[in-house]
Amino acid sequence: MADFKIHHREGEGVYIIDLKGYLDAHTAPDLETAFQKLLTEKKYRIIVNCRDLTYISSAGLGVFMAYIEDVRKNKGDIKLSNMSAKVFNVFDLLGFPLLYEIYTEEKEAMTKFKTVKAS
Amino acid sequence: MAANPKVMTKRILSQTGHLSEVRDFISAAAGEFGFSEEDIANISLAVDEACTNIIKHAYQNAPDKEIVISVIRSKGNFEVRIVDYGKKFDPTEILPPDLRQNMAHHRRGGLGVYLMKRLMDKVEYSFQPGKHNEVRLVKYLQKSPSVARR
Repeated sequence: MADFKIHHREGEGVYIIDLKGYLDAHTAPDLETAFQKLLTEKKYRIIVNCRDLTYISSAGLGVFMAYIEDVRKNKGDIKLSNMSAKVFNVFDLLGFPLLYEIYTEEKEAMTKFKTVKAS
Repeated sequence: MAANPKVMTKRILSQTGHLSEVRDFISAAAGEFGFSEEDIANISLAVDEACTNIIKHAYQNAPDKEIVISVIRSKGNFEVRIVDYGKKFDPTEILPPDLRQNMAHHRRGGLGVYLMKRLMDKVEYSFQPGKHNEVRLVKYLQKSPSVARR
């Protein structure tokens, strides 16, 4: 069975989700639960760090798609960072870079959130 | 070393928990055939998407149905046939997703089929009423181009 883990962190008003392992139709509900929890807690400034994400299928991408509008309506965002070339390729094929902010490093995403807060 | 068999088959129950076994099975077969790491990953993802669609749509999440995955390797031609006995679900009829519309309406459908079509050289479907559905995914070793980036 696919191994997938989610770790939560928090810093400077931004909530960071670290993904590890395989995100497919079997494990996508775990990510869904994580987003639901953040939204229930009104935490809308979210970075998803994909450094240890080995694999993603459309079921995983669908979760990002399902929550982005609610997050943005509340003046937040889901920013993505640290993807491997293999994982980025899947996001890229589906056109996600046009609609989502994807950063090489987590700190760039964090800086972007701070910039928006300051303006 | 023994010659590779031309046909390899794997049967799974219609549960998403078995998708990782399918990916491992396809990756091993595609690797033996001589595909690059990138192509192996792409073929494996396409087959994952096809099986996920069968579990969700053809079998509507019933966990005790059968999916039969066969790899047929001929000269330069890597074909994966995926058979199920559920409802008709023809991926070739699915339109490309509109991401902005999907986001606005909290929809997420169509992504997997679109990926399958982008990742493979050929996607075909046949439906025999009362018998089975079959999705055929083909990747050519010779052409084997990297998936074009946008």
